[in-house]
Amino acid sequence: MDYPTRIGNVRAVDHVSFSLQKGQTLGVVGESGCGKSTLGFSVIRLVPSPGIITEGSVIVDGTDIMRLSEKEMRRLRGHVGFIFQDPMTSLNPVKRIGDHFVEFIRAHEKNVSAEDTLERARKILESLGILPERVNDYPHQFSGGMRQRVMIGLGLALKPKLLIADEPTTSLDVIVEAQILELMNKLKKEYDLTLILITHNIGIIAEMADTVAVMYAGRMVEFGPTTDIFENPLHPYTKGLLESAPNIKHPERSMRAIPGSPPDLMNPPSGCKFHPRCPHAFEPCALREPLLLHRERQRVACHLYD
Amino acid sequence: MNLCCYIESANAWLAIYTTRLLMMPPLVEVKDVMKYFPVQKSFIETLLSGKGEFVRAVDRISFTINRGEIFGLVGESGSGKTTAGRLLIRLIDPTSGEIKFDGQNIENLDEAELQQFRRRAQIIFQDPAAALNPRMTVGQAIKHALDIHKIGSETERQEEVLRMLKRVGMTPPENFYNKYPHQLSGGQRQRVVIGRAMILQPEFVVADEPIAMVDVSIRAQILDLMLSLKQELGLTYVFITHDLATANYFCDRIAIMYLGKIAEVGLKNEVFKSPKHPYTVALMSAIPVPDPKHKPERLIPKGEIPSSISPPPGCRFHPRCPYTFERCPREEPRMLRISETHYVACHLFDKPVS
Repeated sequence: MDYPTRIGNVRAVDHVSFSLQKGQTLGVVGESGCGKSTLGFSVIRLVPSPGIITEGSVIVDGTDIMRLSEKEMRRLRGHVGFIFQDPMTSLNPVKRIGDHFVEFIRAHEKNVSAEDTLERARKILESLGILPERVNDYPHQFSGGMRQRVMIGLGLALKPKLLIADEPTTSLDVIVEAQILELMNKLKKEYDLTLILITHNIGIIAEMADTVAVMYAGRMVEFGPTTDIFENPLHPYTKGLLESAPNIKHPERSMRAIPGSPPDLMNPPSGCKFHPRCPHAFEPCALREPLLLHRERQRVACHLYD
Repeated sequence: MNLCCYIESANAWLAIYTTRLLMMPPLVEVKDVMKYFPVQKSFIETLLSGKGEFVRAVDRISFTINRGEIFGLVGESGSGKTTAGRLLIRLIDPTSGEIKFDGQNIENLDEAELQQFRRRAQIIFQDPAAALNPRMTVGQAIKHALDIHKIGSETERQEEVLRMLKRVGMTPPENFYNKYPHQLSGGQRQRVVIGRAMILQPEFVVADEPIAMVDVSIRAQILDLMLSLKQELGLTYVFITHDLATANYFCDRIAIMYLGKIAEVGLKNEVFKSPKHPYTVALMSAIPVPDPKHKPERLIPKGEIPSSISPPPGCRFHPRCPYTFERCPREEPRMLRISETHYVACHLFDKPVS
């Protein structure tokens, strides 16, 4: 996945492969610029311009979406919900909440009436804890938490099988965040959803994800079951990331930083992208890019395990 | 209690007791401070409603900050923590109440005294990209304060800036002096903002969410830098944050704010080990714990923070509180003493003396 720009090409996601079972939650974790959002967009071929997917395949329920025509893709997007990061800017300020649902549902289901879709919108809002008559309100009349509920409602309006949530709670306060996460867990069971949850918050990963993909500079550096990764992180970056977060239950574990700063993707380091910040770097790290290796239930891209 | 916690709480006690034993007044005293912002309305609306409305950002708060401590102001958005921080260094004036810095009411300073106060009290802003002028080089940005206060000659100022750049970890400093903010990473920008706040060797620094916009893996770098600068310059910090877990790591004492009021204040270990206010308990239970084996027991209050234009009467938390009883909507709770250092504003703890 490349973003060509005036001053050079940015390879946002590079050779990332994973598979996800139905009904599971995959947590994609990493820092800003690691490619986690781009990965989410790639799964439904919604990469923002000027980005292009240069190679690879995404197979959803047996079909390779890279080979679909734009029309077929549109149909498929009806089965994939997407919750964007910022509910403040993702809703149209001059449209009523109900109209968002009408426009969205009728784009995919041609033969339903506006009245039916509004009725559906009311039901969805009610199940999300918002009074149904508020379909007539405008986004600015809603608080941040309620707007995010609306976004989730839109994501679920077409009864998708797969839901991609890109930092769904990042702009929210902790209590509202907890409410939204609880709601997502409830809906996941109700709709039998498969969920891809993109976040930088490892606390949320620990709570929600069955499987974790750790991203760094466009690469997936580690992949595996959540419990294994938290108990026995293999990649030095995963270790660092886990140590850098404060834990309210164990305040005596101090927050430890990873030295240096995330790399410039325009001009990434050679070999393993993490080697300039890695405490265990040795000769091959700067020379060759590590391959993703299997280690029991985990997969890791690091020369230490080669 | 393990050794680490013991040393930390001993430190906080030490700060409080040196203050008391040496009869030193606290560095900052805040008494009944209020800040109301008028709500912008059209002429017609004002005519129809009859009177102006106000956002009660901060509503009668009182606390003291001891010399040498890190005092945390913790709350969600709309709690008034940022407004409180800005009041402390007189970026805005209170609607009523008084703020004393080193014994002097900061509202009554004359021009010379105010300039002196500006040297002693500084702020670190949340968003380093917005806090730095994009047309000023890093060196100019840090040097600016020295220029304004006319400290040293031009070459001395430049040398001082280079020393500060090195001190905040921007090495080699010569390479960074002429760079513009857009050429730096987020973490480096925040280092520049910290360097700019420290160049006048202040005594008191308000840090408003200094790590909220910084990448997770380098947050601890910024906090460690702030701690080592505190040691070196003998600073007193106010640390404003929405993140209780970080406050627990960084602060000595913590005040929990809700809708413009202080709900609870105490030493870090008091507030975290035995939170008293139902809001504090809820806030702590809401934080995601980075441990997949931890099963959260959530006590999430219903609904969301009400508007601070017309906050609920009595205790502001009562419409969301699971323990509300008849007194809560009628009467505003006083600050009740739990221990010498731990206070809570909740009727549940107001037991009649038998």
